[in-house]
Amino acid sequence: MTRITLTVDGAQVADDVEPRMLLVQYLRERLGKTGTVIGCDTSNCGACTVHLNGSSVKSCNVLAVQADGAEVTTIEGLAQNGTLHPVQEAFRECHGLQCGFCTPGMIMQSVDLLKENPNPSEEEIRLGLEGNLCRCTGYHNIVRAVQHAASTSGGAS
Amino acid sequence: MTATAEQVEREIGRDRRRKEDQRLITGRTRWTDNLTLPGMLHLAMVRSPFAHATITSIDTSAAKAAPNVVGVFSGADFGEELGVCINAWPITPDQVTPAHSPMPSDRVAFAGEIVAVVVARSAAEARDAAELVDVEYDELPAALDLKEAAADTVLAHPDLGTNKSALWVFDSAEAGTGTPVEDAIAKARADGIVIEREYRQQRLIPAFMEPRSVVVDPTGEQYVMYSATQIPHILRFALAATTGVPESKIRVIAPDVGGGFGGKLQVTPEEWIAWAVGRRLGKPVKYTETRSESLLSAHHGRDQWQKLTLSAEKDGTVTGLKVELLADLGAYVAIVGGGVPVLGAFMFNAIYKFPAYHFAVQTVLTNKTWTDAYRGAGRPEATYAIERLMDELAVEVGVDPLAIREKNWIKHEEFPFTTVAGLEYDSGNYEAATARAKEMIGYDELRAEQMARRASGDPVQLGIGLSTFTEMCGLAPSRVLGTLDYGAGGWEHASVRMLATGKVEVVTGASAHGQGHETAFSQIVADRLGVPFEDVEVLHGDTQVAPKGLDTYGSRSLVVGGEALVKAADKVVDKARPIAAHLLEASPDDIEFANGRFSVRGTDQGMAIAEVALATFAAHNLPDGVEPSLDSDATYDPVNFNFPHGTHICAMEVDTETGALKMRKYVCCDDIGNIINPLIVSGQVHGGLVQGIAQALWEEAVYDDSGTLVSGSFVDYLLPTAADTISFDIDHTTSPSLTNTLGTKGVGEAGTIASTPAVVNAVVDAVRHLGVNDVQMPCTPERVWRAIQDGGSGGATTADAVPHFEEGAGA
Repeated sequence: MTRITLTVDGAQVADDVEPRMLLVQYLRERLGKTGTVIGCDTSNCGACTVHLNGSSVKSCNVLAVQADGAEVTTIEGLAQNGTLHPVQEAFRECHGLQCGFCTPGMIMQSVDLLKENPNPSEEEIRLGLEGNLCRCTGYHNIVRAVQHAASTSGGAS
Repeated sequence: MTATAEQVEREIGRDRRRKEDQRLITGRTRWTDNLTLPGMLHLAMVRSPFAHATITSIDTSAAKAAPNVVGVFSGADFGEELGVCINAWPITPDQVTPAHSPMPSDRVAFAGEIVAVVVARSAAEARDAAELVDVEYDELPAALDLKEAAADTVLAHPDLGTNKSALWVFDSAEAGTGTPVEDAIAKARADGIVIEREYRQQRLIPAFMEPRSVVVDPTGEQYVMYSATQIPHILRFALAATTGVPESKIRVIAPDVGGGFGGKLQVTPEEWIAWAVGRRLGKPVKYTETRSESLLSAHHGRDQWQKLTLSAEKDGTVTGLKVELLADLGAYVAIVGGGVPVLGAFMFNAIYKFPAYHFAVQTVLTNKTWTDAYRGAGRPEATYAIERLMDELAVEVGVDPLAIREKNWIKHEEFPFTTVAGLEYDSGNYEAATARAKEMIGYDELRAEQMARRASGDPVQLGIGLSTFTEMCGLAPSRVLGTLDYGAGGWEHASVRMLATGKVEVVTGASAHGQGHETAFSQIVADRLGVPFEDVEVLHGDTQVAPKGLDTYGSRSLVVGGEALVKAADKVVDKARPIAAHLLEASPDDIEFANGRFSVRGTDQGMAIAEVALATFAAHNLPDGVEPSLDSDATYDPVNFNFPHGTHICAMEVDTETGALKMRKYVCCDDIGNIINPLIVSGQVHGGLVQGIAQALWEEAVYDDSGTLVSGSFVDYLLPTAADTISFDIDHTTSPSLTNTLGTKGVGEAGTIASTPAVVNAVVDAVRHLGVNDVQMPCTPERVWRAIQDGGSGGATTADAVPHFEEGAGA
């Protein structure tokens, strides 16, 4: 067991974890942060995407011990003081989700994408979301949602 | 109608944002795997690595000794309490159906079949211990190739003596719906056109994003099963029917379910094993599959060979269609099983006026993962075959593929039209949808560009692919299902409960898994009762909350479940009317109901339905003999299927030097009758399109020659990404369905059904002048390139995941 201390969605947490424990398992099983989900076992689907020190990572691809001392934001910590993040709003506005299973990861990745490129072209959005799979939407309205978020937040996120 | 009434904004037709989304975009979702119950134990499955083998021994001692393992069980540890997995649709009386134990103890019939289950205090410990279960197998020859299996060269289940499960036949001459097809074909051979083709429907994997998960809670008076399922009601029935627990002691809950596409229309070994273990131990248990397990063992879809013969007169007028299918069931007959190709049997004739039709499907058992419904279920296969054939006929006649369709399709003034397959199409307008789609894509300009590219010998050629599809949806009139020997009916149930505070609870037996029922059903009820959209709460997916239902599949929720809602809401109004009349001191005959208000005709007297609800709750002043309740139920059995249709056109660029494909544009104009929520409809269409396009271009479940699924992870099974796909241009024409109150038709499967042939037609159209008349799906660049080089259909998929590693390969 290894002791880790980190900040998750603004709260400091500390736990003893097995070195093999994945960050996504830690979030779900130890912290009850079940908003972050597991969709595959090969790091293809991106459903588990969170922000680690401000950048998107697939939390199935990070060991919990690697997050020691880090700041983690999950989908549950994205809204501030009850106000949805513009990307969350945009996904609802543009019907960028159906079953919603890929949505936490898709939103977290989109936030990161817009941070790096506040005014992306459709092509840039599609390439930027390539690591996140969705089976319901055909991506059409997800792309619209990211475009909408870019326009409504003036590109800032 | 007064001016005031007209100003009330109708909910139906509005692009309401979804009620479901708030919890989904903030991570407050209740997926089954999110559930944790006190004392809950975790399961891990031990699965066979062999496609076909005798189990000679199972040594669980090391696993039992592993840390925090509570138990290890194999099939022998359970008796009848384990139950069986059922087939609900024996398609013929003499169907050969292998017994399907959730956990066989003597022989495994596909790679991935469960042979033991480990129970531990954590999922990780269960998985660790599963590695320690030592199973000895004697490998048996495996039936893998569909055509070879159909010849009984190797038996998937030796005790059955054959792999042939059922032969189901429809013949228009025998049914009295048409003339003998052999006569038509003979005549065409002598003096007409005969098109003979064989097409492959490759094996696909539904690949819903949420892996399947099940939690069983045996504490309390009812046993509770939470499952990521499309069919909580059918699941409850099947548990009762096969495990000896009374139905009244079973509660099934489908919490938020992350997609299904038919893939969660199943009763699974994993559910049955969790049920048995939970009952045995008296503790809550959870099993959540890994993605690899999901791809390996959750049912697959399609997998057919289609032998097709179309006859026509020299001018292109179709005279007959003969369809002979081989359908791979996999190792067991799943819950719908052979019913999937039967659902396609009525659709090969599609929108065309064939006078003669013959359909036969031979279902075949193999030692591969079982197959069952996948989005469209039988109808994509049918649509693919006929829409590919119509292109071939156009080439033979020498006319544009649209012209050959127009020549043969049912004209809009010919509805209602009884087809050669015996269905009555109630409404449609193929001319209108096609005209709109042509306009959207700029059809004539594209054809001109295609000619120019051909003339100049451009290495990048342009193909234009069409699909003028129809489908039957809204499963299904119970009497029809009865005549087809399906094990259940096709009705749906709804309840509308008027709460004292004026809020409305709507209970539906349909079980959403991403579609947006909570929103669309709220719109329907809000309009019907004249209450605010926000005041309607839709409840579903728990057999204790919604005790009656037949769940969600086959584009049925709106057209069957929505109609049940309408009928229940109308009953509420009927029950409220005499109470309102009593309170308003008027005759019930003088009471009008509009926009949520009961009013006395010719006066300004009236009261809102919420006021009637409160007065009914108080029950202080009701008419004599009237019960103090407005709540109403309705069970609706559809009188007919309904028949969405549309015209889809795909423009595809094909690099003839490399085989690379680039979809330039895709447009569709679908006629799905009246639309409740255009935003939700657009999502259904987009998602459906990509699943159909993915069959055409990317996806295939591939087995190697020992029966191992080599496309068993998302690394190997090519689910399209945002970068692989394009934005779509969609529109609608409206021919309301005449067989339901709302005039709606199903839309959940339309995109998938229509798009696959449009895309393959586009690919073939681009390179037809190079001698290509077919490219087998998925149309990979390699296969397209081979087809151009060799003139064939591009060859079969190699089963070797990495052929270049083999000796001599790539040299």
